[in-house]
Amino acid sequence: MAQAVSRTPSRWNQRTLAPWLFLAPGMFMFTVYVLWPICSSLLLSLYDWDGLYNREGQFTGTFVGLANYRELMIDPAFETSLWNNLKWLVLYMLALPIGLLIAVFLNQTVTGIRLYKSLFFFPFVISQVVVGLMFAWFYAPRFGLFYLLTEAITGDGTAILADPDLVTYGIIAAGLWPQIAYVMILYLTGLNNVAPDQIEAARLDGAKGWKMLWYVILPQLRPATFIAVIVTVIGALRSFDLVSIMTSGGPFGSSRVLSYYMFEMALGEFGFRMGYGAAIAVVLFAIMMVFISGFIWKMWRDESAR
Amino acid sequence: MFPRPIQQASPAAQWLYTIALPVALVIWLFPLLGVALTSLRPASDLAQGNYFGMPSGIAWENYVYIFTETPIGQYMLNSLWVTIPTVIGAVGLSLMTGFALAVYGFKGNILVFFLFVAGNFVPFQILMVPVRDLTLQLGMYDTWYGLALFHIAFQTGFCTLFMRNFIKALPFELIEAARVEGVTEWRIFWYIVLPLMRPAIAALSVLVFTFIWNDFFWATVLTQGVDSQPITAGLSSLNGQWIAQWHLVSAGSIVAALPPVLMFFLMQKHFIAGLTLGAVK
Repeated sequence: MAQAVSRTPSRWNQRTLAPWLFLAPGMFMFTVYVLWPICSSLLLSLYDWDGLYNREGQFTGTFVGLANYRELMIDPAFETSLWNNLKWLVLYMLALPIGLLIAVFLNQTVTGIRLYKSLFFFPFVISQVVVGLMFAWFYAPRFGLFYLLTEAITGDGTAILADPDLVTYGIIAAGLWPQIAYVMILYLTGLNNVAPDQIEAARLDGAKGWKMLWYVILPQLRPATFIAVIVTVIGALRSFDLVSIMTSGGPFGSSRVLSYYMFEMALGEFGFRMGYGAAIAVVLFAIMMVFISGFIWKMWRDESAR
Repeated sequence: MFPRPIQQASPAAQWLYTIALPVALVIWLFPLLGVALTSLRPASDLAQGNYFGMPSGIAWENYVYIFTETPIGQYMLNSLWVTIPTVIGAVGLSLMTGFALAVYGFKGNILVFFLFVAGNFVPFQILMVPVRDLTLQLGMYDTWYGLALFHIAFQTGFCTLFMRNFIKALPFELIEAARVEGVTEWRIFWYIVLPLMRPAIAALSVLVFTFIWNDFFWATVLTQGVDSQPITAGLSSLNGQWIAQWHLVSAGSIVAALPPVLMFFLMQKHFIAGLTLGAVK
């Protein structure tokens, strides 16, 4: 065993160089398609550009400074989108308690329970386009079940997707369906790993029901809750698909959210306002950055604690 | 175990639980069941306002119609053409980046790692204009590979997070021992670490498959025509043509939902391991 760890120069070099070689392809792709576009969008938000190049292939945008952002401040559609995003964020958080409730309901060992758990998880596996179509059918005026239900209760059916005051709530309900399923699966996995001896000890001390859940179980579910919050926030802010499928932002733009309004401005029928779209994206990015920083900070703390 | 096992409860409660399970499931999956049933309803039923009553027959012809009269088959193929290369590419790249970040303590390691993690969470809209522009410039707009290349790059962020944590949890002594034996770094990756990565590869493959199959935003931004549009974007444009022909919309929805659902049922265990980001073990 005399050769020990050979630290000849070539071995040493190999070990300094190796990580960068392994990283190179992935980092290259990630830089080209993710990191650089972020910087590019930040810059573009200071320009007025229709997305075209002139015949020599030169960029045709004009620098306008903060004009796009100034316009945002007085743009009523932007304000609506921002408010709707807030509604999405707040109401999406309902996925946590409901998901936990379903997880607790399903955390049993009876025959066929595995199949039940998978079927409850179903909505998350389905594309949001399909979820949107399903709920559009559910909400459809005249024959949709929701319409019939409101008609039976109030005597007057509600076409929720055609009502500017209610439309966003209707879409959020559709979005919650898969989101609850995701949170449920996180909590089911978490419940599986709650320390049984602690539960037994708490039971001996007379804890049960809600008290048990709140004081004994929930603290142990913290990792699951953390991930659930993160994925729910991201889900809420990414709410493009459902809005696009169910209402295209309507009626009268009342169900727009930032992600959809940005798309409308940059690629929609209102013309190719790339710079203005980029400015909306930057605002959305800034909101998301608050949560991303929180996540990274928590990860960094966990890493240094190791 | 929490809650207390139902077997310890009174017979009445047990009985109630057995009833409550299927009832809750039916309520929970109601939109799905409704659409599944509508997809098999003859068009004449809908025309007569028979939406929820007994169907006058089972209309498989709705499915025949969407496959023969619309390009839905082509859309499904397009989706596969985007999804499969993305799975291979993203898993392959992230195996390497994950290995680099988990095994080597180089300077800037944590910074690179956090860049991947943070990039994974950014809103798509901040990438939209530059990525679309780049794809146009490269002449890859409206092609499956233009879309797949972007997906590979973006998914690498998420996959790196997962792979790196997975490799970190492997016994490091294995790698140390191999180094003492003089095994080169590349061979350590290939012959020692890779064979142990099977569960992680399986988990990420099913997850990425589902994410990409279900992607709608990038499909809309980077593709346009029948020749390259994936099923999500295709279904959306078909929905525009089938105004209120719910039997067709329903059949299309079911077809579009089927592949990820099958994937989930076949690979359930891996799927869930992936979703919990390996953080909730």
